[in-house]
Amino acid sequence: MSEALSIHRENAQSSRGSAALRWGGLIGGGAVAVLGLSKRSKVGAAIAATGGLLALLGARAGARKKEYIARSSMLVNCSPSEAYQFWHKFENLPQFMRHIESINIIDENRSEWQAIGPLGKRIRWTAEIVRDKENEVIAWNSLPESDISVDGIVKFSPAAGNRGTVITAIVVYTPPAGAVGRALAKLLGKDPSFLMRQDLRRLKALMETGEIPTTDGQSHGPRSKITGAARVINPDQPVRDRSQIPQMMEMKRRVS
Amino acid sequence: MKAVCWMGTEKMSVENVPDPTILNSRDAIVKITSTCICGSDLHLYDGLMPTMEQGDIMGHEFMGEVVEVGAAIKPEKLKVGDRVVVPFTIACGRCFFCEQQLWSCCDNSNPNYWIAEKLMGYSPSGLFGYTHMMGGYAGGQAQYARVPFADVGPLKIPDGIPDEKAVFLSDIFPTGWMGAENCNIQPGDTVAIWGCGPVGQFAIRSAFLLGAERVIAIDRFDYRLRMAEQAGAEIINYEKVDDVVEVLKTMTGSIGPDSCMDAVGMEAHYPGLMYALDRTKQILRLQPDRPGVLRECILACRKGGTVSVPGVYGGFIDKMPIGPYMNKGLTMKTGQTHMMRYMKPLMDRIERGEIDPSFVVSHRVPIDKAPEMYKIFRDKQDHCTKVVLDPWANGAAA
Repeated sequence: MSEALSIHRENAQSSRGSAALRWGGLIGGGAVAVLGLSKRSKVGAAIAATGGLLALLGARAGARKKEYIARSSMLVNCSPSEAYQFWHKFENLPQFMRHIESINIIDENRSEWQAIGPLGKRIRWTAEIVRDKENEVIAWNSLPESDISVDGIVKFSPAAGNRGTVITAIVVYTPPAGAVGRALAKLLGKDPSFLMRQDLRRLKALMETGEIPTTDGQSHGPRSKITGAARVINPDQPVRDRSQIPQMMEMKRRVS
Repeated sequence: MKAVCWMGTEKMSVENVPDPTILNSRDAIVKITSTCICGSDLHLYDGLMPTMEQGDIMGHEFMGEVVEVGAAIKPEKLKVGDRVVVPFTIACGRCFFCEQQLWSCCDNSNPNYWIAEKLMGYSPSGLFGYTHMMGGYAGGQAQYARVPFADVGPLKIPDGIPDEKAVFLSDIFPTGWMGAENCNIQPGDTVAIWGCGPVGQFAIRSAFLLGAERVIAIDRFDYRLRMAEQAGAEIINYEKVDDVVEVLKTMTGSIGPDSCMDAVGMEAHYPGLMYALDRTKQILRLQPDRPGVLRECILACRKGGTVSVPGVYGGFIDKMPIGPYMNKGLTMKTGQTHMMRYMKPLMDRIERGEIDPSFVVSHRVPIDKAPEMYKIFRDKQDHCTKVVLDPWANGAAA
């Protein structure tokens, strides 16, 4: 914990960019203001104004940048070196990080991350590996031109009783000060540590069984609208695109 | 294909739905030849289990023929054409729990782990045809089913064993067996079993096979008690006695049964005001489970004895007699069945002729009759003990 934070603090002076709206998704999930702005109508303007007011209140509450810390650990039935090798190929990570859409490797140390925010808003940052000890630890920081500051560390330690490896991951997200996203995160926020545990659980399944359990795409009878709505607000399932919502609602009701 | 779908409380419907497809590399598709309605399906029928969704395909007791396998299934494990019985619990075979043979606690088979985690602390394995909290997997009261981790669960059936002898290896026979095993039976022991439904019937027979000297079976339906008697059990009709605990005391020289088994679960019936109170709380969603049998098991069990709970519970209970439980030094053993531990050994016993599980069948009907059979089974009409559905009766294909 202190290690990730200290890594985080060392880099706290760097600029955070200004993409306030785009922050909302990662831990906000709410997207009221984003929705409003993108509607370009009176209703949309009203929604956006609400978001703006929240942002103003947020800004007046204090200019200090708030950190959101996601922290979780998972016992995985594999060796530390297997876990380290898998994680070190950053292009593997979107397989189990459900809110990360893609990671493109730029060079040995840098990679370009793209996350899915609320209603399909994309959030981008460039990560640079700042610490790398084989089979033990990998840490990365986002570079200044990123939409959001995302600093992470993952440790691999042998579990007691030869039960495999405990993977501990800590990611510190810092949105720009006074962000709409911050207010939204408070109002509607998902729990970042919950999402982290969900990701690590998928990693565990992938490492142990070679696949991630799913029921997406299985058969079912006629669904109700309530079911469709429940699917849309599932905290573990990002909505990749706004057009997906009616589709998700409809899909649940379709029968062959 | 045809499938029995949950459309709401007391609303089952046979719908035409798309055939299942392989979604993961360790999946298989099974063409179902026999499938059953389970007592635990009745909790869903009665709308008492949270996280069901309209359109969910029911059923977790099924068998059939493998018609498709995923890319990661090795032919020596499973191949197209194999005739298999499929366990109701889904297990990955690779996690800590599977390695400990705690198959129904598999860590990797529930895609909705977090929902169960919120309620129970940690999630058990995924189940077929049950709530979304338990994975939301489409079930086997259908013509086809997708079986995840198919290289771990399904058991190949030897030639010459008909469906009705093999199909109960999907749940109730191993469940009754584990219920009896959890009784920690020692030679000369007396075991009291609440509930003479299908699991109770298998538990009675399993308890004798495991060396119990006396089995006392408790129910309120004479036709089920007679079936228990045929297996050698002594019987109590609890509606015809004042107090089951008193009767058990008298029958055991005031020492009590060595083990007590709750083969009833969350929808127990029991006399008195307490039932009315528990039922009211259940309707008001103040208490998801009616724990009358569990309370009786704890009160009736001898000091230092064992309480075994194969009966299904969903949430929390009131008035748990924790004082008697603690002061009498009881042990309680519970759990969804660790299926893969028992299926093969029990298949061997069936092959050797030690037991013929088909005794439990009371109804064989086409799948189209499933909705009405739910009601008949729930209301114990027509001497109903076990319903086996034929998905292909009348040669009707969807």
